[in-house]
Amino acid sequence: MKLRRFKAIAVKEVLQIWRDPRSLMIALLLPFTQMFLFGYGVNLDLKHIPVCTFDREGSQLSQALLKHFQASQYFAIVHNVNSYPEMVAAIDGADCRAGIVIPPDFSERLNDSGAASVQAILDGTDDNTANIAFGYAAAVVSGYSSDVQLSQLDRQGRTLQLIQPMVVQSRVWFNEDLESRNFIIPGLVAVIMALVGAQLTSLTISREWERGTMELLISTPVKPSELMFGKLVPYLVLGWLDAAFCLAIAALWFGVPYRGTISALFLTTTLFLFVVLSIGYLLSVLIRSQVGASQIALVVTLLPTVLLSGYVFPIDQMPSFIQDITYLIYSRYYVTILKAIFLKGAGILDLLTPILFLVVYALAVVVLAARAFHKRLA
Amino acid sequence: MNAPRQSIIAASNLTKRFDAAAAVDGLTFTVDRGEIFGLVGPDGAGKTATMRMLAGVMAPDAGDIVIDGIDVVLDPEEGKQHISYMPQRFGLYEDLTVDENIRFYADLFEVPASARQERAERLLAASGMSQFRFRLAGQLSGGMKQKLGLTCALVHTPQILLLDEPTTGVDPVSRRDFWRILYDLREDGVTIVISTAYLDEAERCNRLALLHGGRVLYCDTPAALKARMPGAVVAVASGSGRRVRSAIVALEGVSNVIYIGGGVHAVVDDARLRIPELRNALQRDNVPFDDIAVAAPSIEDVFVALLEDEGKAQ
Amino acid sequence: MSGSAAADPQIVAEDLVKRFGSFVAVDHVNFRIGRGEIMGFLGPNGAGKSTIIRILCGLLRPSAGRVLVAGIDVARDPERVRERIGYMSQKFSLYRDLSVEENLRFFGGIYRVPRAEFAERMRFAIDMAGLGGREKALVATLAGGWQQRLALGCAVLHRPPILFLDEPTSGVEPTSRRRFWELIHTLAADGVTVLVSTHYMDEAEYCDRVALINQGRLIASGSPDELKRTALGGELLLLECDALGPTLAALQQAPGVVDSSVFGNAIHVLVSDAERSLAELPVYLEQKRLRPSRLERIHASLEDVFVQLIAVDSAKRRVAA
Repeated sequence: MKLRRFKAIAVKEVLQIWRDPRSLMIALLLPFTQMFLFGYGVNLDLKHIPVCTFDREGSQLSQALLKHFQASQYFAIVHNVNSYPEMVAAIDGADCRAGIVIPPDFSERLNDSGAASVQAILDGTDDNTANIAFGYAAAVVSGYSSDVQLSQLDRQGRTLQLIQPMVVQSRVWFNEDLESRNFIIPGLVAVIMALVGAQLTSLTISREWERGTMELLISTPVKPSELMFGKLVPYLVLGWLDAAFCLAIAALWFGVPYRGTISALFLTTTLFLFVVLSIGYLLSVLIRSQVGASQIALVVTLLPTVLLSGYVFPIDQMPSFIQDITYLIYSRYYVTILKAIFLKGAGILDLLTPILFLVVYALAVVVLAARAFHKRLA
Repeated sequence: MNAPRQSIIAASNLTKRFDAAAAVDGLTFTVDRGEIFGLVGPDGAGKTATMRMLAGVMAPDAGDIVIDGIDVVLDPEEGKQHISYMPQRFGLYEDLTVDENIRFYADLFEVPASARQERAERLLAASGMSQFRFRLAGQLSGGMKQKLGLTCALVHTPQILLLDEPTTGVDPVSRRDFWRILYDLREDGVTIVISTAYLDEAERCNRLALLHGGRVLYCDTPAALKARMPGAVVAVASGSGRRVRSAIVALEGVSNVIYIGGGVHAVVDDARLRIPELRNALQRDNVPFDDIAVAAPSIEDVFVALLEDEGKAQ
Repeated sequence: MSGSAAADPQIVAEDLVKRFGSFVAVDHVNFRIGRGEIMGFLGPNGAGKSTIIRILCGLLRPSAGRVLVAGIDVARDPERVRERIGYMSQKFSLYRDLSVEENLRFFGGIYRVPRAEFAERMRFAIDMAGLGGREKALVATLAGGWQQRLALGCAVLHRPPILFLDEPTSGVEPTSRRRFWELIHTLAADGVTVLVSTHYMDEAEYCDRVALINQGRLIASGSPDELKRTALGGELLLLECDALGPTLAALQQAPGVVDSSVFGNAIHVLVSDAERSLAELPVYLEQKRLRPSRLERIHASLEDVFVQLIAVDSAKRRVAA
């Protein structure tokens, strides 16, 4: 490989990137907007779930229960209705996600048998939210329940302290506030880098074929390896800038705790960039149209990374054959690495396994790309 | 005249098929050192496919190409060290300046920086493009783009130049500048293979190969080609071309009657015999004319005659 | 021919200007074309030929000036104009995956050829193209020359009095080209007015009159013969010799020589007086120990004319600027 030719190719690529508004937008604007859009937009925590209430009794006890709901940070009472049809309309109309119905004989039953039930109606179209909302509702009711029990015992003159035989004292490691943002945003950086990286390089070879400059280039003694590395290096530098940018936003703006070392981050990010840039390059070689290459690049990076890399959906919850498939998803390793570096302060030695997978992946894609490129028209 | 001819490019039995149709079908020709060789023929004759195979960017289905002792089919990369190729479609970067493009190609061929500077200046001056040095290539006119392509092809002083239809659609002044550069290169001993669909451009070459249907119809100098013209071309100068045509088209020994350049041209089998007959026919029909004389055949006249001879007209 | 232009102008452009942003594509162009005349617009790519034709067809609106086709002001009533014209564009605009017949039917429908006439017009087009017996063949299977003639047939189905041909013979074989021009001449003899644009200098020789277009300006017009006689600025000689380089250098200084350039294995010399130079040049060159093997008068080509005219035009522009 001749250094001079490699340099010439790299310099040309830099000039072309600089003068092409589309490349620049992908490289600079896209990561920025994606970080903010999805950083704020994707949030698994539920707070202030809008709820409507149907108090069929209207007694002191029923109102006390509703006040518990009101006081909870998980619920916000937006509506009081006076009939089932109204409640259905409210949930259908998406004014509220859930409804609480207190039966007309609530106080009576509580005073008589000590047990009364409260009805919760949930919008099940979002199964996840419904489950969580149900959990919260049960917790609120349970809290009220204990209060009622204690006050009843009090009235009977038996003051008790509730002692539970076993208490679970939970302590959350790494993400004490259980903020979903803390584990989503590092994964988001991986998604963005996968997307942007492959998009950038997916255009580079196919653009030369489409514009007719490749025919002249392949009539010169330039080697495929000089072409490949000459073209990849400028995008690697761009990728570093983008990654640094996104990671800085994650730590400084979103406040995701950062406990790792910069060197670990740099090395693993470089490795990941190598993989995604080479994937884009490979697609550019195989598909001689720019539009085609960038579309396939989108499919090959975005969907697998969002759905199967462990970004939001835990891998260990997937069926086992899918879990095996995720070993092929390159972004899976980077997601693991980022979360580990951010939240656990992991170092390179701790991450040897995912790093090794990434190295193998990078080698495989680079070799494939090198062999797929022929200096021939037909 | 000069030193004995030495062949520097030899193509034999080249074949290339696209979708079952043979674009190049058993093509054979040789090019001598230091000459300007023309591959001449209309679209679809196989010119571009042949040029691409010579440049090593397309592999033939069959046949051999030897360039300066190198088997280009077996080892195209070695061949590329010795040639410079200018494809039909503008192959330089429109988003780079003239200077950046020249630098890029100089680097690819590892031209020393000082030599690059000097050659670039000289070539740009010869093409009248010095003041456009820092202009983006995409903003150049068609003729200037072609001259830039030539400049980049020449910056590493190749011994063999392959040019695929470099002057198609280019303005006549740029075409003239282009050929002036080519003639200067010929003086320096560079071998040039140039393909063209302009038959009149064929006359500017030392030797040419007339291509038709992927085969060589004829291969020799323009003068020898014209000498092969069956019969002679007669020009009738007249303001009433249509009447002339009607009068002579059915005469014996007369064919290929066309209106051209203020009159009528026709091909006759024997000029001395037929000219008086033409004169009589015109006078008999009272068709006004200024002159009837033998005219030098154009390459197109010869091409058409040869094709008809071979029964290959479309 | 120019007589008919004055008497019965079918296509008229008066001070035509077209701008695209700050770029002037057509720069104050004037011409008149008469009935049955074949006018060639000659010029390199980007000179403005296609732009002018598109304006004449009503596809582009002029920035200034007036254009009349068959007496109709194109800018005001482009639809009416389109009924009276036939248009054949570069690269033929036929449907390659349809058959000969299907293409003809399609264009017949587009041009609203009356049903009663259509069968006869289709027959005419097929005969003109020589495609009898191949009506069902897919256009993609036809060679260039056949497609070209078929495209012409499609353009004249509705008997338009005016025909625009935009680079109709790009890259087509010479025999097909000649056959095509035969057809054009036949149509012109029937009174059809034809405007052709081309960048092939020698093709312009087939036209009655030629207009040379360069950088949006019409720099000369006249019959090919006229232009060669008057616009060349001299007469052309052919000189063959062994030492091209030194001979060329010597000629630059020779008396009576306007310009000289290499052409193949010979030199073309533009002189102000052919008779004199034929006598004087051999003597002059002999003094420099150069002996031409051949020296004779030849006809100029339109390219020679064009180059001279462009040089004059550029000089004029420099003075004006």
